[in-house]
Amino acid sequence: MGLDVKWALDWLKLSAKAMEEHRVELIELDRAIGDSDHGENMDRGFQAVVQKLDETPPETPGAALKAAAMALMSKVGGAAGPLYGTAYLRAATSLGDTNDIEAEALAAALAAARDGVVARGKAELGDKTMIDAWTPAVKAAEKAAAGGADSLAVLEAAAEAAEKGAMATDPLVARKGRASYLGERSAGHRDPGAASTALLLRAAAEAAAGSTGDTGADAV
Amino acid sequence: MTVGIVVVSHSSKIADGAVELAAQMAPDVELVAAGGTDDERIGTSLEKVLAAVEQSLVDSGGDGVVVLTDLGSAVMTAESAVEFASDPDAVLLADAPLVEGLVAAAVAAQSGAGVEDVRKAAEAVAFGNVPAGVGGPEIPDNKGEPDASGDFELINPLGMHARPAAKIAGGLSGLEAEVTVNGVDGMSIMALMALAAGKGSTLRVEASGKDALKAVEYVGRLVEEGFGEL
Repeated sequence: MGLDVKWALDWLKLSAKAMEEHRVELIELDRAIGDSDHGENMDRGFQAVVQKLDETPPETPGAALKAAAMALMSKVGGAAGPLYGTAYLRAATSLGDTNDIEAEALAAALAAARDGVVARGKAELGDKTMIDAWTPAVKAAEKAAAGGADSLAVLEAAAEAAEKGAMATDPLVARKGRASYLGERSAGHRDPGAASTALLLRAAAEAAAGSTGDTGADAV
Repeated sequence: MTVGIVVVSHSSKIADGAVELAAQMAPDVELVAAGGTDDERIGTSLEKVLAAVEQSLVDSGGDGVVVLTDLGSAVMTAESAVEFASDPDAVLLADAPLVEGLVAAAVAAQSGAGVEDVRKAAEAVAFGNVPAGVGGPEIPDNKGEPDASGDFELINPLGMHARPAAKIAGGLSGLEAEVTVNGVDGMSIMALMALAAGKGSTLRVEASGKDALKAVEYVGRLVEEGFGEL
């Protein structure tokens, strides 16, 4: 069995928990090179996501991600709203009506999400944005899926690559977003968007570990 | 019915204020403000923007909607709203400075321009502090003789100010012609205003291209009618 709606719900709820726990950290990252609202915006946005999912429980992972997209686009306020909103929306479209996401489809959904962020934000790899976490994550996920890994292993590979990608933004000079106004002074700080992307993908892997654990499936 | 216009800003005060300003010059155009977040913080909200776009689609009765935005994420939220809109093809985003672009778009809509031309009118306003004659679409110099030209004396009491400039630029943006007025780009509201041409001064209009004659006649008629201010 691949991942189902329970995984999607767990993912979004663990995401909300991660945003709450890392709120101050993200605010501080954003204070260094942006407008210091990222942690607060993401926390508020994911609270709205959880509320919406509780009000209208979705039946498929795609429906869950679509509901999350709408909530994020309406409640986040900053650039992260339309960016993450588009990411979840494109992932939802890529998944369709399935309730059984296998590794290949999962990697394809992550790629669709990343493509959505690129289309919306027009950033490229190395611009010191969330793309620097998304793109390594997608590459790692595609490689894992092609190598026969299961959904959990795909997400773990993606999360690890996103974390490394986020750390690798530290020395970069920002070329997109509010941080780009700082020019050279943006170097030496981690990009808050890349940091939140790594947290969200880690939550996806944790949710998958929980889901597969519940069903007694082999976690590797 | 005219083209509808939606203003998306991070701040509800900016959106409301810009609409108020443009409404003075375009009393018949439905202008909808979508500024700030749902809880009135600084930011943009898909829900708010989408509601404004849908309202504008209804208000404009099928004539179409042009959306103007301020900083970064407002553009992204507006793009998302267009994707979700009931009639995405009828909604155009204008890449223009918010206030100047809005005024140009509103005046173009007021004068009955179609949705494409309203967007063009907004986009003909250049970003930044551009010296007169440099704004808007590039006009090659040393082109030799223009295809059509004319000299017109300003008879309206206030001379060249924002509304006449917007009327000239808005109308010209719908024509296939490169037009200069006293040497500056005829499609740049800011450049036209910077001429500071008062009552009694003469506008030298030179146009090249397929609609050159129409363009000269258009400006001439506006000037002779005193831009509707007489």
